[in-house]
Amino acid sequence: MTHPADIAPRVPRPFVARALAHPSFLLGGAIALVVAAMALLSFVWTPHEAGAIEIARKLRPPSTEHWFGTDQFGRDVLSMIMRGAVTSMAVSFVAVGIGVGLGVPLGLLAAARRGVLGEAVMRANDFVFAFPALIIAIMLRDVFGPGAVNAMVAIGIFNVPVFARLAYGAALPLWTREFVMAARVAGKGGALITLEHILPNMLNLLIVQATVQLSLGILAEAALSYVGLGVQPPQPSWGRMLNEAQTLMALAPRLALIPGTAIVLTVLGLNLLGDGLRDLLDPRLARER
Amino acid sequence: MLAYVGRRLLSLAVTLAIASAIVFTVMEILPGDPAEVMLGTNARPDTLAALRAQYGLDRPAPERYLAWAGGLLQGDMGLSYTYSVPVTQLVAERMWVSLPLALIALTLTTLIAIPVGALAAAKRNSATDVGVMTATQVGIAVPNFWFAMLLVLVFAITLRWLPAGGFPGWKAGAWPALKALVLPAVALALPQASILARVMRSSLLDTLGEDYVRTARAKGLTRAQTVRRHALRNALIPVLTIMGLQFSFLLAGTIIIENVFFLPGLGRLVFQAITQRDLIVVKSVVMLLVASVVVVNFLVEVGYAAVDPRLRRRV
Repeated sequence: MTHPADIAPRVPRPFVARALAHPSFLLGGAIALVVAAMALLSFVWTPHEAGAIEIARKLRPPSTEHWFGTDQFGRDVLSMIMRGAVTSMAVSFVAVGIGVGLGVPLGLLAAARRGVLGEAVMRANDFVFAFPALIIAIMLRDVFGPGAVNAMVAIGIFNVPVFARLAYGAALPLWTREFVMAARVAGKGGALITLEHILPNMLNLLIVQATVQLSLGILAEAALSYVGLGVQPPQPSWGRMLNEAQTLMALAPRLALIPGTAIVLTVLGLNLLGDGLRDLLDPRLARER
Repeated sequence: MLAYVGRRLLSLAVTLAIASAIVFTVMEILPGDPAEVMLGTNARPDTLAALRAQYGLDRPAPERYLAWAGGLLQGDMGLSYTYSVPVTQLVAERMWVSLPLALIALTLTTLIAIPVGALAAAKRNSATDVGVMTATQVGIAVPNFWFAMLLVLVFAITLRWLPAGGFPGWKAGAWPALKALVLPAVALALPQASILARVMRSSLLDTLGEDYVRTARAKGLTRAQTVRRHALRNALIPVLTIMGLQFSFLLAGTIIIENVFFLPGLGRLVFQAITQRDLIVVKSVVMLLVASVVVVNFLVEVGYAAVDPRLRRRV
C-alpha cells in the first residue's frame, strides 16, 4: 500500500540538514576547522615560544612538556606545527586570492566579449599551464627574494588560468539563458549583466574550486619551502621542517612523520570539504559514487 | 588532418617563441651581474669588462635574446658561467638521470592507475570500489617528497633493500643504476596514480552508461566482455588528456624528488645553478622544461585528433 506522502513531490531538505548528513563534508569541515583554530590560536598562545632555539633540550622525545618532542635545535615541535599552519594557510589563501582576483575577471571578460579578445585571453591561459608553480618560483626567486611572497606569487600565477577557465566555461552557457536575454532587452550592458546575472550564478562553482586550489596550494607551499624557494627561517613552515628532518630520518623519524601528517590531514580535509561542497551546492555536479 | 597538424604546429611555434621571450625577460630583470659572480666582487673593472665581452654580456638585450633563442634552435644553449662547459653538455649528462626517472614513474603510474581505476568502475559501489576511492583520496593528499622520505625510512634505513640516495651512474651497470631509481620513481608515481585512477574510474563509468554498451550487452556479451571489448578503449581517451596535463607536474615532481635522493639530474642542476647564479643554465633548463610540457601536450592533442576526427575542426 502506498502512502500519499510517498507520492507527493519531494521537498528538498534545507542546506544545513543536508550538510549535517553528508559524511565527507562533516569530516573535511571538522579537519579544516581544527587546522584553522590551531593557526589562530598560535597567534596568542603556543606551548613554547615557536622557533625558540635551546640546544640543551635538543631531540627530546615526546613528553608531557613537549607533546611532539623537540627537534635538533631544541625547538618545540608542536609550537612549530601550530605556527606552520599559519604559513600554509596564509600562502595558499593569498595564492587563491590572486587566482580568483585575476582569473575570474579574465574569464568573465573572455566570455562576455568572445571574438578575438576572448580567444586571446584563453590562449594566454593555455600558455601559463606550461609553467608549473615550481618553475615560476625558480624564475621569480630573485625578483622577490626567496620567501613567503615568492611562494604566494608563484602559486597565485599558477591559479590564474585555473579560475579563468572555470569562469569562462561557466559563463558561456549562462549567456544563452533567458534571464540574460531579458536583461539585455531591458537595456543592460555587458558589464552590468556579468555582475548581476553571470557572476552570482557561478559562485558555487568558484567556492568549490577555491577549496580544491587551497589544498593544492598547501601542497605546493610545502614543496617550495622544502626545496628552499618558499618561507625562510626563522618563520616555521611544514615544508621546511621536513627538509630539516631529512638528515635525521634514522635518528628521529618523528621529526619527519609529524609535519608530513599535518600536511596530509590538512590537504585531505580540504579535499573532502570540497567534495562535500560540490555535492551540497550543486547536485547536478555530484560525482558518480 | 594535415591542415589541422599544420595549424597546431604553427600555434606550437608561437607558444614556444612567447615562452622563450618571457623566460629571457624574467631572467634579464634579475639583479646580479654574472661576470661579478664569476670573478668575485674584488675583480678589476677591466677584467670584468673583458669577461662580459667574452660571454657577450655587453651586447643589448634584444641581440642577446636572438643569439640565445637562435642557439637553442640549433641545440646550442650557450656556455655555463661556472663550469665553463657548454650547457648542452651539462644538460645531456643530467638528462640520463631525469629522463629515465620520469619515464619509469610514468610507466608505473599508468600500470597502477588504469587497472585499479577500471576495477573500481567495474565493481562500482563494492567494497573494492570504496577501498580504491579512499586510498586514492589519501594518495592525492600525500606530498611526493614526504612519501619519498617515508620510503627511504622503510626500504633504505630499516630494511636496507635499496639505496637511500645518490646515483652510481649507468657505467656502474644497469642494475645498480635502476636500483637507485626505484624509490624515487615509486614516490613520484603513487600520488600521480591516485589522480589518474580516479579519472579512469569516472571515465569508464561514463562509457558504461553509453548506448553502444547497452547494445553490446543486449547482443549477449557478458559484463566483463563488454568492458574489455567496448568500454575500456573509449574510456582511455580522457585518461590520455589528463596524462598530458600531468606531465608538467611529473617534471616539477622530478626536480623535487631528485633533491630528496641527491640524484644528479636536471633538478639538481637547476638548483645548483640558482645558488651559483649561473643564469644561462637556469634559463636554458627552464626553457627546456617548459618546451617539453608544451610539446607533450601538442602530441596528446594531435593524437587525440587522429583518433577522433570531430576534434580537428576546433583549433
